[in-house]
Amino acid sequence: MGILPRPFRTILLGAALALLSGLVPAAAPSRGAPAALVERGKYLAQAGDCIACHTIPGSRIFSGNRPLPTPFGTLYSPNITPDPETGIGQWSADDFYNMMHTGRSRDGSLLYPAMPFAAYTKVTREDCDAIFAYLKSVPPVRQPNRPHDMHFPYNNRALLIGWRTLYFNEGEYRPDATKSAEWNRGAYLVQGLGHCSMCHTPINALGGASEAAAFEGGLIPMQNWYAPSLTSNREAGLGDWRIEDIMDLLQAGISNRGAVYGPMAEVTYNSLQYLNDQDIRAMAVYLKSLPPREASVPEPENSPLVAESTQMFSEGRRIYDRDCASCHGGTGLGKLPHYPPLANNQSIEMASAVNPIRMVLNGGYPPGTRRNPMPYGMPPFAQHLSDGDIAAVVTYIRTAWGNHGAPVTAREVNALRAATLD
Amino acid sequence: MIRNLRLAAALCAAISAAAGAQDAPSVGPDKPPDTMEARVQACTGCHGDKGKGIGNVYFPRLAGKPAGYLYNQLLAFREGRRKYTPMNYLLAYLPDAYLRKMADYFADQPMPVFTPAAPTVSQAILRRGKNLVANGDPRRDIPPCMACHGPELSGREPGIPGLLGLRTDYISAQLGAWRYGTRTAVAPDCMQLIAARLTEEDVAAVAAWLSSLPAAPGVRPLRSTPTRLPLDCGSQRP
Repeated sequence: MGILPRPFRTILLGAALALLSGLVPAAAPSRGAPAALVERGKYLAQAGDCIACHTIPGSRIFSGNRPLPTPFGTLYSPNITPDPETGIGQWSADDFYNMMHTGRSRDGSLLYPAMPFAAYTKVTREDCDAIFAYLKSVPPVRQPNRPHDMHFPYNNRALLIGWRTLYFNEGEYRPDATKSAEWNRGAYLVQGLGHCSMCHTPINALGGASEAAAFEGGLIPMQNWYAPSLTSNREAGLGDWRIEDIMDLLQAGISNRGAVYGPMAEVTYNSLQYLNDQDIRAMAVYLKSLPPREASVPEPENSPLVAESTQMFSEGRRIYDRDCASCHGGTGLGKLPHYPPLANNQSIEMASAVNPIRMVLNGGYPPGTRRNPMPYGMPPFAQHLSDGDIAAVVTYIRTAWGNHGAPVTAREVNALRAATLD
Repeated sequence: MIRNLRLAAALCAAISAAAGAQDAPSVGPDKPPDTMEARVQACTGCHGDKGKGIGNVYFPRLAGKPAGYLYNQLLAFREGRRKYTPMNYLLAYLPDAYLRKMADYFADQPMPVFTPAAPTVSQAILRRGKNLVANGDPRRDIPPCMACHGPELSGREPGIPGLLGLRTDYISAQLGAWRYGTRTAVAPDCMQLIAARLTEEDVAAVAAWLSSLPAAPGVRPLRSTPTRLPLDCGSQRP
C-alpha cells in the first residue's frame, strides 16, 4: 500500500470499509441500526464532543454524573447510555431530535444551557438520528442520575424560560448561498456540533452568550482560562494563518503557529483529532474567514518601549534565557512544531494575560493525538518561580521581539496561582 | 470504557496507518531530539534529571521504580483517582500508550544513590517504625511493609513500589492521602485498608524509619513471584 498515492489509498480504504459495513449490517450490538449509521453517528458524536461532559474519565462511556461546576452551582451530566431505567433506553429518535433541537428533555423539562442546545439546534435531523443510533449501540450502564446542586434562585428551572428568550434561537443551520459548500460545511460544524461559541463567545452575568458578540472571546467561568476571540487577528483570529496550520492546530494539537492548551487541548483530544481531513479543512476555511470584521483599534504601540526601560523587562530576560530559551529559542522562534514560537504568537500578546501566565505556572502537554501521539511537554514553573519572577518573564515574552502585549503584575500571577493550584 | 477507547484508538491508528492520510505536521530544521528524555522534560523539572529526585521533600524519585507501578500512578493522576492538581493537569490528555512509554523510561533508569538526612525524631519513634516495617502488628491486622515491598524494601514487579530513597514528608503525605481518600489505587485497594488501620503516630514512625535507610545503588524491584501476599491488591493482579 505504501507505493500508492494518498488519494488512491483513501479511496481503496473507503471502498473496503463500505464493503465491510454492507456485509455485516447488524454485527454491532445495535439491535437493528445499520452499522454504517452507527459508525456515522459515532463520528458525529465525536464532532459534538459528547464524551467530555457525559463520561467521568476512567468510567464507562456516556454513563454521566460528571460534575460540571458553574458560577450558579454544580450540574451533573445525565447517563446517556441505552439503559431503560436510568439512561435513554426508552427514548425514540423523535425524543432525541426534539431535545437537541429545542433544549427540552423527553419529559418536557427545560435543560440547563450547559447542554449546548443553542448550538445543537443547528444539527440536521439526519445527523441527530445517526448520533441517536450510535448512543443506542453503546453498552447500557445502570446508573441513576445525580440531582443537580444549583444555588437559589438558579435551582428554579422556570427561570430558564427567560434565558431562552434572550439567548436561544431555535432552528437548524441554514446554508449561506453566497458561500462555498466547504465554507458552509465548516460553519455547520463550528456553529453546531462543535459548539465553539460555548467558550469563544463572552458569557455575561446571566450565563448567556450574545449573538452580537459571537466568537469575540471571553474568560471561561470556573476554569480560569481565557478563550480568545476568533474574530480578532490579535487574539485567535486565524486571518493570517495558512489553512494547513489551522488544520494542524485543530487536528494534531500542534502547528507551526502554536499549540492547543488548557480546555482547547481537551477539545482536540476528545473530538477534533478524530475528524477527517475534509471536515477539518472546512472548519479551517470557515474560521479563517471570520476575522475581517476586526475593529480598527490602534495597537498599543507604547507598551514594549515602556516595558523595555523597566527593570522587570531585563529581569524577565534573565529568567527567560535561563529557563525558557533552550526550547523556545533565544529570539522566541521555538522549535517547530513541537516547541511553539513565542514571537508573533497571538496567544502570548493578546489583551488578557491569563493564558501565558497559566502556561508558565502549570506547564502542560499538548494532547496526545493520532497525528502527534507522543507530544513534547513544558514543565510547570509554579514550584520554582516566585510571582514576581513569573510576572517578569511573562512581561518579557509579551513585549520582546516585536510582541505587542502589555506588562503583567505579580498580583495577577498570584491570583491565578491561588485559583489553579489548590 | 478504557478498553473501548483503547480498541477505538487501536482501530483508528490502524486505519490512519493504512490510509497514510494522517502525518505529523512537518518538522522545522531546528527540532527537538526524537527521544523520551526530551519528551519528559515536563516531568524532570520536579522529579529530577532521569527521575532521580531533587532536593524538594515532596517530589519523589521515579528512577528504578517498577514500570507497572509508575504506569498505574500515571493513569490514576490522569483520571483523578490520585489527586495532585499539577499532575492531574499535566496528564489529562495523554493516551495510555504514551503513559506506558513514560513509565518504562523512568523504570529503566538506575535507582539513584540516596543519602538519607539524619532523623529528627527520637530513637523510640524510630524503633516503633522499624518494628512496623519488619513485623507489622498482627493484633491490628497490619502486615509488615516488607511482606509486599520486599525484605530490602526495593519493591516488587509489576505494581509494588520500592520504599527507599523517599523523604519523610512524602511518605507520611502518601499514607495520609490514602487514609483521607485523595490517593486511591486499583480496587481492591490494599494500601487504603492498611493505611486506615494506622494511627497518626504509626504513620510518623514508619515514615521516619523508612526515610532514614540508605538505598544501595543497583537495587532493583523483586521479580513478581507466586508468593501469596497478605492482602489482595488490585495493582498486583496480572
